[in-house]
Amino acid sequence: MHVASLSLTDFRSYPEVELTLEPGATAFVGPNGQGKTNLVEALGYVATHSSHRVATDAPLVRHGAQRAVVRAVIVRDDRRALVEVEINPGRANRARVNRSPVPRPRDALGLLRTVLFAPEDLALVKGDPSERRRFMDELLVARAPRFAAVRADYERVLKQRNTLLRTAAASRAGRRRAPRRQDDDAAFAAAGAGDVLSTLEIWDTHLVRFGAELLAARLHLVDLLRPLAAKAYATLAPSSGLADLEYRASGLSTDIPTLGTNRELLAECIRAGLAEARQAELERGVTLVGPHRDDLLLRLGELPARGYASHGESWSFALALRLAAYDLLRTDGGDPVLILDDVFAELDGQRRRRLTEIVAPAEQVLITAAVPDDVPPELTGARFDVTEGSVTRVR
Amino acid sequence: MYEGVVQNLIDELGLLPGVGPKSAQRIAFHLLAADPADVKRLAHALLEVKEKVRFCRVCGNVAAEEECRICRDQRRDPQVICVVEEPKDVVAIERTREFRGRYHVLGGAISPIDGVGPDDLKIRELMVRLADGQVTELILATDPNLEGEATATYLARLVKPLGLKVTRLASGLPVGGDLEYADEVTLGRAFEGRRLLDV
Repeated sequence: MHVASLSLTDFRSYPEVELTLEPGATAFVGPNGQGKTNLVEALGYVATHSSHRVATDAPLVRHGAQRAVVRAVIVRDDRRALVEVEINPGRANRARVNRSPVPRPRDALGLLRTVLFAPEDLALVKGDPSERRRFMDELLVARAPRFAAVRADYERVLKQRNTLLRTAAASRAGRRRAPRRQDDDAAFAAAGAGDVLSTLEIWDTHLVRFGAELLAARLHLVDLLRPLAAKAYATLAPSSGLADLEYRASGLSTDIPTLGTNRELLAECIRAGLAEARQAELERGVTLVGPHRDDLLLRLGELPARGYASHGESWSFALALRLAAYDLLRTDGGDPVLILDDVFAELDGQRRRRLTEIVAPAEQVLITAAVPDDVPPELTGARFDVTEGSVTRVR
Repeated sequence: MYEGVVQNLIDELGLLPGVGPKSAQRIAFHLLAADPADVKRLAHALLEVKEKVRFCRVCGNVAAEEECRICRDQRRDPQVICVVEEPKDVVAIERTREFRGRYHVLGGAISPIDGVGPDDLKIRELMVRLADGQVTELILATDPNLEGEATATYLARLVKPLGLKVTRLASGLPVGGDLEYADEVTLGRAFEGRRLLDV
């Protein structure tokens, strides 16, 4: 697939901009702080409904404006689709596909698939587990948009459950002791309702259900990614050790890999983990078991990449993860659009060449660079100069 | 900003659900231009609804008297109770004319984020109604969202010792719709809840 046009209204620094794009390589060149990344960030937003740079939507809207709109025409197998996303910070976003509104913005996910490489990717290796969870989840959603719903449901259950645990923790601490009501009705009293904890089990059920679904999907995904990431890493840094991935489920006593991706077994396992953690959860007022606390362990040879890998190795690993994602998306239909945001400047000559070789055959590659020299000659195509928020085509 | 009284009205109208500042302004100016008798009737209706309408002491539905119309209706089947979240859900189900039993309005759904626990719902009243053993089936018709499902699960567990038949409304495909337009979640649910075709 490729993007045939991109237009922004009140997105970041742009009051209004419209670009016509073509398949092949396109470079956006300009000094730092002129708005190159804003362009590719907008495209990434159409694909994932989130930014690769910030966690909240407010910074995406131009200062003083109420909302931002990103429109993209996506061409896949000669079929064109116009996707429009209206970003309303603090409120629900809206989306339209071919000018008709979709009931929920997430229904517009999956029409554009991108793989975005950016300097922020270093955090995949060096950062918190949340970075790697996000990597897995966004890839799941790109492959099957249904997972946007599973993820949202899981987050919602988690929020409800954490609120309940906090209330329970507070009332146990005596800070918020509600006066006990006189209970006339025997059946009611026997059932133990009225206690804050009486509903905890209900949320457990839902947490286990959505948690197991998410966990199974992530485990399956890691199985698929492992060989691809190892291959990509070996290509980028042949002299370094073997790159490997391993999913780490927190708070579960059973060894997860032995369970495979059987959802019932995983559900059983999470349920057992919750039972074990009950006391600690009540004391701390937070959910301690579930996919929201898991991690993807990255290993180079025998050692964990985090903490042990050099800067260059970390970079290669981050790139290898993105390349593995690209490979995976490509095998299940349609070349995703590749976005390389300021990546070449960070790489040495060898890695730059290897990366160029891998990405050159893609249907569409969008590159941002501060100076023209940072764009490898093999990726010469269209070029836009970006200065002070104006984008002009020069080639 | 408008003169005090007008702005007050706009502010008050803006607090209503579904009414934004623009609509509030439009309604306010419509009222200003309207016949005084019409406005009096509206004001009277507003006051009357707060004065006269109360909640049925049996089922929690809105009622003009002690008990609501449905609870007073002797022809309604007392053996079946349909549990809903809000009075407007009763209206929705009544429109189907399929259900001849009675209702129980909880007044919401369990949602810790909103500070709503089982104690804040009319669950106690429901248990009292079930205590005499006359009811044989409980239909759980809470909303098919996370909170509604949680409330339904909670109730199902609570009444399990009473040994009555507990059912949950089916969720799935809309009637007259196209399969291809159903979203994955709905279609997935429809698969889960598929039933044997008896011919």
